[in-house]
Amino acid sequence: MTLGLLSISWQVIVDSIGLGAVYALMAVGIGLVFGVLRLVNFAYGQLVMAGAYALAFASQWDLPLVVGIAFCFAIVIVLSLLMDIVVFRPLRAQSPAVMLVATFAVAFLLQSIALLAFGPLGKSASSLGYLNRPVTIGDVDIRKITIVAIVVAGICLLVLVLLLERTTMGLHMRAAAMDFRTARLLGVRADRVIGSAVLISALLAATVSVILTVQNPLVTPDFALRDTIVVLAGVVVGGMNRLLTATMGGFAIGFVSGLLGGALPSDQSQYLPSFLFGLVILVLLVRPNGLFARGPGPVERV
Amino acid sequence: MLSVLGLDVAYGGIAAVRDLSFDVGRGEIVGLIGPNGAGKSTTLNAIMGLITPRGGDIRLAGTSVVGRKPEDVARSGIALVPEGRRIFADLTVEENLRLGYAARRDGESTEADSEAVFELFPIVKEFRSRHAGALSGGQQQQLAIARALVARPDVLLLDEPSLGLSPTVVDVVFDALARVRERGITVLLVEQRAQRTVALADRSYVIANGELRLTLTPGDANDTAKMVAAYLS
Repeated sequence: MTLGLLSISWQVIVDSIGLGAVYALMAVGIGLVFGVLRLVNFAYGQLVMAGAYALAFASQWDLPLVVGIAFCFAIVIVLSLLMDIVVFRPLRAQSPAVMLVATFAVAFLLQSIALLAFGPLGKSASSLGYLNRPVTIGDVDIRKITIVAIVVAGICLLVLVLLLERTTMGLHMRAAAMDFRTARLLGVRADRVIGSAVLISALLAATVSVILTVQNPLVTPDFALRDTIVVLAGVVVGGMNRLLTATMGGFAIGFVSGLLGGALPSDQSQYLPSFLFGLVILVLLVRPNGLFARGPGPVERV
Repeated sequence: MLSVLGLDVAYGGIAAVRDLSFDVGRGEIVGLIGPNGAGKSTTLNAIMGLITPRGGDIRLAGTSVVGRKPEDVARSGIALVPEGRRIFADLTVEENLRLGYAARRDGESTEADSEAVFELFPIVKEFRSRHAGALSGGQQQQLAIARALVARPDVLLLDEPSLGLSPTVVDVVFDALARVRERGITVLLVEQRAQRTVALADRSYVIANGELRLTLTPGDANDTAKMVAAYLS
């Protein structure tokens, strides 16, 4: 079945939604930390990469699936808290430019460590490989992992919304994202709010590791690097100042990226990044505060 | 209750507050008045732990709070109504109030505390489910004071609560402060409206160039010569 001139199949649309869902999770992870620390964490992709290596080792050691996933979560959480304590917190009072460069440094340091420790050829994370088999719904073949990605992302986002809207910690996090200084003056504990944001962000990164390694079982040092760059662009395009718009931006860029990938003939797929980032520049020229932002708002100088 | 002892604060080597000492007794309202740049807000920021003093001490009921983080100062029982109100415009009035509970040592919000504050500021109850950003300036100021009061602080600090408000709304704010006093809450009020502050407060300190210049009592409020002299001294 095709839609109009672009001959986009339903399968491409469902895959695009799946990619959008994964990118939305990454956007939330980046957006949450940005909210409380005003820090664009470029090293977010390396958290996903570390989780992917954990899964690769788990499958090499024949660990049971659940143990392997728990190992992945543990590695990502520990690395994330380390990043926070060693780099982000001491630099919290510095300018956004300093913090951004620091996250670049952390990102490439981790990537270099992975290259030295595990080599350039990559390792295979194949424990969940069976999720790549398709199921047929109507006359459309959909890979199981796509359905899993959409459902898992939906559940994660729902839980996060409940946490932010219905709990005291959620209220404190929202207030801290709006005006950290005033929130602290009211007794909101900076350490707890930042710690919670970093922890939730790590949980999301680990979830993304699990999903991405199914789609792309070959784990290399630059695993998820390209995805992170695309998601960061999506977060800015959507509107960085609000978690909702950042998340929508992440979803949108994943969805559009999937559609473009499906619409381009396979011998022209190398043009995808040019189209995608051309589109990003176009959107930013028209709506610099973000595609989904309400009216003119304050622009973060990041 | 609150003692400031020989406080010295400097920004990049330039003194903003010099050897400032004063006391706020339990249940008192004390005014801190003086021209722009006199060091009034700096003093409040130092009390709250937003700035580290160069010297001197700040004690709450005899215990030094210098060196504590702002959230820990708030949790020790000092609440600040910041300059410019600083309400959370995107949150509801009720959520703004719930944030006030963050400083509570028991961490509990009770209906009774909310009701006591609603009694002082009925407008806050009436608009509790609205977005705080939809409130007028005067209503936002009442919300900001209410938000500080639900923390049940030992000392309430206010930084220019009448700034940018119309004269009738200023009346509302000063009436509210008089009622806050009736509740026995200790208040340190930083203001530019000297006459009204002197009339309301048990004692008012005039500061200029970061130094204490003069102490005024309510009787001085209508003594124009003394008020003018206080500012020109």
